[in-house]
Amino acid sequence: MKADTFFIIGSNTTETHPVIGYRIRKAIKEGASLIVADPRRIELAEHADVFLQLRPGTNEALLNGMLNVVINEGLYDRDFIRERTEGFDEVAAAIQKYTPEYVAQITGVPAEAIRKAARLYAGAKNAAILYTMGVTQHTSGTSTVFAIANLAMATGNVGKPYAGVNPLRGQNNVQGACDMGGLPTVFTGYQPVASPEIRKKFEEAWGVTLNPDPGLTITEMMNAALDGRVKMLYVMGENPALTEANLQHTREALEKVDFLVVQDIFLTETAAMADVVLPAAAFAEKDGTFVNTERRVQLIRKAVPAPGSARSDWQILQELAQKIGLNWQYGGTAEIFAEMASLTPSYAGISHERLEREGGLQWPCPSPDHPGTPYLHSQNFTRGKGLFNVVEYTPAAEQTDPEYPLVLTTGRNLYHYHTGTMTHRSKGIEAQSPEELAQVSFEDAARLGIRDGDVVKLCSRRGELETRVRVTDMVPPGVVFMTFHHASAPVNILTNDQVDPVAKIPELKVCAVKMEKVVS
Amino acid sequence: MATVKVNINGMDVQAEEGMTIYEVAQSLGIYIPTLCYHPDLSTFGGCRVCMVEANGEEVTACRAPIKDGMVIKTDTENVSQMRLINVELILTNHDQDCQSCARNNNCKLQEVSAFVGVTPERMQRLRRVITNEVKDISNPIFQRDFAKCIVCGICVRTCEEINGIAAIDFGFRGYKTTISTLGDKPILESKCESCGECVERCPTGALVVKGQVIPEREVKTVCAYCGVGCGLILGVRGSRVVSVRGDRENPVNNGHLCIKGRYGFDFLNHPERLKTPLVRKGGVLTEASWEEALSLVAAKIKEYRDNFGPDALAALASARCTNEDNYLLQKLFRSLGTNNIDHCARL
Repeated sequence: MKADTFFIIGSNTTETHPVIGYRIRKAIKEGASLIVADPRRIELAEHADVFLQLRPGTNEALLNGMLNVVINEGLYDRDFIRERTEGFDEVAAAIQKYTPEYVAQITGVPAEAIRKAARLYAGAKNAAILYTMGVTQHTSGTSTVFAIANLAMATGNVGKPYAGVNPLRGQNNVQGACDMGGLPTVFTGYQPVASPEIRKKFEEAWGVTLNPDPGLTITEMMNAALDGRVKMLYVMGENPALTEANLQHTREALEKVDFLVVQDIFLTETAAMADVVLPAAAFAEKDGTFVNTERRVQLIRKAVPAPGSARSDWQILQELAQKIGLNWQYGGTAEIFAEMASLTPSYAGISHERLEREGGLQWPCPSPDHPGTPYLHSQNFTRGKGLFNVVEYTPAAEQTDPEYPLVLTTGRNLYHYHTGTMTHRSKGIEAQSPEELAQVSFEDAARLGIRDGDVVKLCSRRGELETRVRVTDMVPPGVVFMTFHHASAPVNILTNDQVDPVAKIPELKVCAVKMEKVVS
Repeated sequence: MATVKVNINGMDVQAEEGMTIYEVAQSLGIYIPTLCYHPDLSTFGGCRVCMVEANGEEVTACRAPIKDGMVIKTDTENVSQMRLINVELILTNHDQDCQSCARNNNCKLQEVSAFVGVTPERMQRLRRVITNEVKDISNPIFQRDFAKCIVCGICVRTCEEINGIAAIDFGFRGYKTTISTLGDKPILESKCESCGECVERCPTGALVVKGQVIPEREVKTVCAYCGVGCGLILGVRGSRVVSVRGDRENPVNNGHLCIKGRYGFDFLNHPERLKTPLVRKGGVLTEASWEEALSLVAAKIKEYRDNFGPDALAALASARCTNEDNYLLQKLFRSLGTNNIDHCARL
């Protein structure tokens, strides 16, 4: 048994998660159906049974339109809704206005395609939804995820193999960094800092007094740095001077902060602004664990020594902690993992020794004899019943106008990884994608007298940059696409830092820009 | 699955219905030479070196299914002759710079040639005029050397069946048959994604990584790029990573990799790697000892915390670092009294 239908929304899977892309292409060849929703004609669109080329920032409307068809055509899973969920009736009432025709006006997707997609998705035995930042990097990101959950629950496509709602994690250990409490509101395993019992557990284990108040998110930190509340920022292995929305603002914040410490493998754009730079070991030079997009905890192993006097991040942190006066005496990463697992129920059954013996394990894995959990929500949702949430379409925070008539959306390509700290320094890769090529439609190019390979100036309300362009039918008229790989054309100078009210994710996927040809 | 009885080289054995002769032989540890066969791919039956005798007829072992009562002989005189001639015909068009070939000692064609018993006398007789095929060196990572291509089609099937992009196929006809991109353009101008799956499977030196260095030892680990978490096997020579191959035992990727995972490791040895702590002095980042750098950071942390309270401190964890690194980072800052810890999961 495998997924017989994939619904991929806001994920250019074959370029950003290539090996998952291989599996999807294979499944399609073996007969699976594919629905793709994306503003760009991505490679997977060529394989799709239905391609929904929606306007950037209209995901909620599209998903509501599909749910409207599912409900009004009676394609929903009555048993699943009755036994496993609550709130369906409210959502069923609220989506009545999202008829395919109404949604077509908002999204630009023909009503018939919306119907076809809804029928295909609801008619599947096992339908898997895959999404990435094309869903979340919007001011409406959280509610779009609710809309996805509504669709999956209404059709009973949750809590069983080869189905579900699958956010593909972008970075090697973004799952682990979240699991480990690299978030302002939670300790490891999503245990809230606000809970007195949880805090007590960690206070006893760590021998310290802990702060009950949730901390600042990354965007809030930058604001706090600008107004002087945050004096010191410690950055481990991140490059906010290129990745943050509205870079000008972020760079000002990084300059304003009194003391900036950066721990990294290269002198990144952020490290170059630091007061102290600490050289770290790269992945092949250290031991530890990463967690992949399936919650699979896997061992990484030291293959070679780190260059010069560079050290593993954990060793740097331990020595710093000792200098501050904390009595840390970890002999290695296995000991650190063991302490973490002893405080984290979902990791309690995992140890380095077990990973060495058995290979990767998927959490929750509550005891040493537990085999791990390949898929979630098989009996119950985390909160018990699955909750339908009413989602209303809210337009992107910034709309086009006569001055800024184009929508800029951003992402990655196959060759580079994020700010390219690693891939720009890998010869064979860099040679294949040495510079930014902003994607511009034939129509916009013709209108502005731009040819493939020309240099253009792009301006938003926040900043401007110059970049070479690739004229292509991947983007529709009115839309420009850029990656955030190239420091020479740092797209986040342009992007909007308005955030989703819940997740605080900035709207990196939609901002208004104008474009003009640069005459050399 | 029903079992059937077959006799192979005089031994009576049981095997599962649906298996090919090649698979049965493999399961018994009987070597049958192959060039176009690969266990990951569909069968092609094109190289004709896996010929065996089954019920008195010569068949390709890789494609012929076993039947109940089948009598199989893998080493008759006929079979040996056919294999030898087929290999010789392949070799007549093949470059013979084995010593300097990147595939030397790891070459299926060498292995099969030795097995079928190619002799220099016969090779002299068959040797064709030197080929004038031009190498395709357009891809910065790997090269295509048509003088070493045996047109087995493993690369074609790999691209179609493993990656799914199908950037290459057989082109032209008969004697001129070659592996071609759409329009026979250089590979770099095709839709090839440089994943290297074909390079991994090429049985000869036709597809090799440019400047390949053979490792002394290998270390199993996990890729540090995206969230798929593919298993990697790093090849190490001295204290440098010189190669990467996919970990076939890892259920996440079954050995498959993309361009970044397989070829994106040069950065490890890049001269710009940070090798020593740096402390800003007079506006300039200046090399410093660990003692100096960490003492300064510790002093500043205490100073800001004591003067402005713990929430004057903030830390960014990393989606790129390990669990252990991240656990200690949040433990450190939470122990100092602040929950100002976040990372770019939001980005």
